[in-house]
Amino acid sequence: MNKEINVEATMDNLDAVLGFIEENLELADCPMKIAMKIVVCVEELFVNVVNYAYEGFVGKCKITFEALNNDENKVVISISDQGKEFNPLEKADPDTTLDADEREIGGLGIFMVKNIMNHIYYERSGENNIIIMEKSW
Amino acid sequence: MEIKKTQNDTQLIMEISGRLDTNAAPKLIADIDESLVEGVKSFVLDMADCDYVASSGLRAILGAQKKMNALQGTMVVKNVVSDVMEVFEMTGFADILTFE
Repeated sequence: MNKEINVEATMDNLDAVLGFIEENLELADCPMKIAMKIVVCVEELFVNVVNYAYEGFVGKCKITFEALNNDENKVVISISDQGKEFNPLEKADPDTTLDADEREIGGLGIFMVKNIMNHIYYERSGENNIIIMEKSW
Repeated sequence: MEIKKTQNDTQLIMEISGRLDTNAAPKLIADIDESLVEGVKSFVLDMADCDYVASSGLRAILGAQKKMNALQGTMVVKNVVSDVMEVFEMTGFADILTFE
C-alpha cells in the first residue's frame, strides 16, 4: 500500500518527514542497519528540496512510501516538488580520494544516496520533479 | 543531538550523542568554531553514542579536520559505531580521518 506525507519544504519539517519514513520502515520489518541508511537518503533529498527547489517562497514536498514483500523485501520511496525542472542526479560525484584540505563540500549527499540505494531515477512529470528510489534487502 | 566538551590543557574532547543530522550540524559547526582555537593541539571527537550521520554532519566533521590541520594539531575520531563507519567509508571520509 502506498503511504504519503505532504509538507511545506522547510527544515522545521525534517523530523516529521524522517519520522514518517522510520515508522513505515519499521512496519516493513526493515533491518535497523538498512533503515538508518534509507533515512539518510530521504534526509539528503528532502534537504535538497528545502534548499534549492523554490526561490523566494515556501513550496510543498511530497514523500511517498511503498513496501513490497514478495520474493525479496523492497521499499520504493519517492520525493517530489513543484520547483523548476532540476535533476539532482546529474550532479558530478565528488572526488572521494582527496585529502581533508582539498575536499570540496558539495555533492556529498546525492553521492551517498546513489551509493546506498539499489535504484534511483528522476522524472519530470507535469510541474513535478520526482525522485524515485528503491532499496531491497 | 547533545555535545559534551572536556578540555584538558591543550586537548579538547567532544562527545556527541544522538543524531548528527542537518538540523544538528550547525550546532556542531558553531561549537567547533568556538572551541578549536589557537592553543588546542589535540582534538578528540567521541562518537560512541552517535548513531546517525547525514552529509551535513560529515561536512561539520570535515570542517573540524581542516581546522586542526590549520592549527597544526591532531584530530582523532573515537568509538564510531559500525553503521556510521559505513557512511564514512562510502564517502571516502574513512581515508581522511584518523580513527581510534
